[in-house]
Amino acid sequence: MGVFHSAPYEHEFHALAEKTGFSLEQISILHKRFMQLSHNEDSLRREDFKTISDLASNPIRFQIIEAFFDKRNFRQNGEGSVEEISFEQFLTVMSHFRPVPVHTMTEEQRESLRREKLRFLFNMHDTDNDGTITLEEYRRVVEELLSRSGALGKETAKGIADAAMLEVASVSVGHMEPDEFYEGITFDHFLKILNGIEIETRMHIRFLNMDTTNLCK
Amino acid sequence: MTLLSSRCRCSGTSIPAPFRGLLFLCALVLLLLSEAVEPLGASGSPGGAGDSSGGSHGLQKGCEADVTKSKHPTNRTKKPFPVLSFDYEHVKTPFEISLWVLLASLMKLGFHLIPRLSSIVPESCLLIVVGLLVGGLIKVVGETPPVLDSQVFFLFLLPPIILDAGYFLPIRPFSENLGTILMFAVVGTLWNSFFMGGLLYGVCQIKGTDLNTVNLLACLLFGSIISAVDPVAVLAVFEEIHINELLHILVFGESLLNDAVTVVLYHLFEEYAGVGSVSILDVFLGVVCFLVVALGGVLVGAFYGILAAFTSRFTSHTRVIEPLFVFVYSYMAYLSAEVFHLSGIMALIACGAVMRPYVEANISHKSHTTIKYFLKMWSSVSETLIFIFLGVSTVAGNHSWNWTFVTVTIILCLVSRVLGVVGLTYVINKFRIVKLTTKDQFIVAYGGLRGAIAFSLGYLLDKSHFPMRDMFLTAIITVIFFTVFVQGMTIRPLVDLLAVKKKQETKRSINEEIHTQFLDHLLTGIEDICGHYGHHHWKDKLNRFNKKYVKKCLIAGERSKEPQLIAFYHKMEMKQAIELVESGGGVKLPSAVPSTVSMQNIQPKKPPSDRAIPQISKGREEEIRKILRNNLQKTRQRLRSYNRHTLVADPYEDGWNDLLFKRQKLMEIEKKVMCVSVSLTHVPNWWLHSSDPQAYSSKPTSDDLPTIKVDLASPQSPDSVNLVNEFQKAATQNDPDDDGGLVMKVPFADKDQGEQDNKKEQQRLMRCLSDPGPGGDEEEDEPFLP
Repeated sequence: MGVFHSAPYEHEFHALAEKTGFSLEQISILHKRFMQLSHNEDSLRREDFKTISDLASNPIRFQIIEAFFDKRNFRQNGEGSVEEISFEQFLTVMSHFRPVPVHTMTEEQRESLRREKLRFLFNMHDTDNDGTITLEEYRRVVEELLSRSGALGKETAKGIADAAMLEVASVSVGHMEPDEFYEGITFDHFLKILNGIEIETRMHIRFLNMDTTNLCK
Repeated sequence: MTLLSSRCRCSGTSIPAPFRGLLFLCALVLLLLSEAVEPLGASGSPGGAGDSSGGSHGLQKGCEADVTKSKHPTNRTKKPFPVLSFDYEHVKTPFEISLWVLLASLMKLGFHLIPRLSSIVPESCLLIVVGLLVGGLIKVVGETPPVLDSQVFFLFLLPPIILDAGYFLPIRPFSENLGTILMFAVVGTLWNSFFMGGLLYGVCQIKGTDLNTVNLLACLLFGSIISAVDPVAVLAVFEEIHINELLHILVFGESLLNDAVTVVLYHLFEEYAGVGSVSILDVFLGVVCFLVVALGGVLVGAFYGILAAFTSRFTSHTRVIEPLFVFVYSYMAYLSAEVFHLSGIMALIACGAVMRPYVEANISHKSHTTIKYFLKMWSSVSETLIFIFLGVSTVAGNHSWNWTFVTVTIILCLVSRVLGVVGLTYVINKFRIVKLTTKDQFIVAYGGLRGAIAFSLGYLLDKSHFPMRDMFLTAIITVIFFTVFVQGMTIRPLVDLLAVKKKQETKRSINEEIHTQFLDHLLTGIEDICGHYGHHHWKDKLNRFNKKYVKKCLIAGERSKEPQLIAFYHKMEMKQAIELVESGGGVKLPSAVPSTVSMQNIQPKKPPSDRAIPQISKGREEEIRKILRNNLQKTRQRLRSYNRHTLVADPYEDGWNDLLFKRQKLMEIEKKVMCVSVSLTHVPNWWLHSSDPQAYSSKPTSDDLPTIKVDLASPQSPDSVNLVNEFQKAATQNDPDDDGGLVMKVPFADKDQGEQDNKKEQQRLMRCLSDPGPGGDEEEDEPFLP
């Protein structure tokens, strides 16, 4: 235990701890992992993620990897994507998944936490960054989800995506003339439709304080 | 045997041919028998023949007498042939059982007819009161009222309830909170037992009470009996208060899993209470025994569950007995576990939970409904009988009331429960992300009801080893009454007072399902990137293993490859269709959020040039295909091979499906035609005609679109034009809030107008009374580890 490897990083880690909310141990473990993935360089590229073998069987791996390179997730109100990320940016993206003690929060804090997490998901779906999830984008999401699962083809994915879209439209807009066109799921509609899954308590992983990175690739 | 005998007696009258053979056979058998019992028969003949009150034995004798008479004529006075006879003895047992069950069910009926009673008093209390009354009545009459026999209880009354609980156990919240549940179940029960046992012993030693005979081990045994939270009582009360899922699963899960602890402690103390001492070795063995009991029970249950799943794979030709397999395998699991003194409850839970995802993928819809209904029915009847018998047993039993003992027991029960819950929560919250608040702790503590299991365990005690058994039983009954009446009745207003979160009534929407899956994969991916194997990683691995190997083995046909999202989607469509029919079918679509959004609003606009051409454009064709695909009732089990695009109907399907299908189609045509412009000239002939499902054959298409090909070659028939006009007329009279296009009902509309008034009722009487039909709220069709 206690992996304060090298002094030069220490003050950086303190700053990062302030910014992202991780503890110092967690940051140093993640730093180790970062180094492992990037082969001891200072920045990560997409190819480095592809070396993680466990990720290969994940149906939405491309979206996940993209999320790391998406500027919108760096909490700096940027847009577009980058080619490589620094440790700080890596940590910032990870901080979206930090477990937060929800029961001590006020209602507004919970609400803002929910918004933040749902924004992350929204950004993952909204690949062209126009602020709405169009039918095409949603279809792609469902297709990806079903891609691993077998052979039932794109049509079912389309059907499901259409049904889902119809649902969002019905709930959010309610009344539409036959001629009107529902552009796409805006962030507010997204919030509304996913109100029921309590994302603030579910979207997190446990970041350990113990170094287990040696155990896995 | 009676049948045989009665046949014998009519040997003189004319009998149809097939029975003559039977008669010869039985005569032969009886001849052989009569060789042995001839003396008996001969001596008993004057009284035996013609005398019906002797029951079957008498008839048998009489028959033998007849037979012997034919061989050796004896002196037998001829009595007039009895036209009507009274013979109660030979149906006594089944008659009484049926009478009790009938009484229980009528009581249940009665409670819900009285308007306000069931909202104030939980059913369990009412039933106990009824039991008391019945017991009192029986005593007044002079008979001895039956006591709740432990054998009957453990072998016949308890399994249905546990199976019902296990089969419909919501796996996801259960597995997410497993650590907490285990802590409460194991550590909590241990704490309760020892705390209560120890303090009771201390109290017993106080001079002044005449409890000195109660030694430490007996006290500990009593503590272990009384400290276990009872699943029956918890279910009965919690079902009515609709508390949020987390608390429900915590208390309920605890009540199920503490069975292993109770079994071990009970046997340990019972074994050694006679001897008077327990050594360290025994304690160690007890711990080992606990692990064996718990894990063994789970393994036995899982084994039978897999067997059941495997069997269900082959039942496609014998749909009728599918439910039987589920019930029998589960019961066998319970009994097998009981043979080895393993935890039968855990075996049953494991069996039900393991077999469910696979069995549900294999069996027909009707079997699924049958299983659901039968389980609910049996468990309901069982529960009612248990509570009534508790009441009767109270009246029947010998009681030995000791003020000190009883009051101390009750107080200690409450105190130890509260202390246990608070202490454990403090420890547990260190490991939980979603912490348990004080309100939660209060409900968990308050919901720790005791019930019939404690009573039965107490009843099983051997009086010779435990002379104070009657006192124990009295105390147990008092505690049960206290928890069920006081805690059961007050928990509902307390829940309202404390504004504890209630259960969400909304149905799962497809968006939520998509995002739940998405989130699972996302979190697994992040864990992999982080580099540590966490909760999600292992769950994902298990799911993949399940999909790759287990499902192939246990699920028949093509369904083994169906992803969960698609299964959910089909299920949702099916439910909507069923709701449509149940709401009266036809035009008015029930929806709480009226919306006119249709598929048209979502599809990107087609260029106007498409409208001019005199044939259905690709977009329209797509839409029609979509409608057809979405509305054709392709319930999964009916297709021999699971293929979304073949529409070969099951010849064994009944007319219900046809009717449903016709209505839907008709409705769809109305909506669609209303929205579609007049340029739609080609309405396929076969679409308008009656829905012979056989007519829908899939034809191969040249393009990659789905194989449901609309027959565009049919010329414009006069029929189609008329139909269009007709429907337009009808359509304009439709309600403005009908959905156009797809029948995608808004997910938040849980009940329609017709059922609004029933909604409140249903909420209250969910498990016991309400129709556990498609609107039921159990989560169905989850993956093995969702």
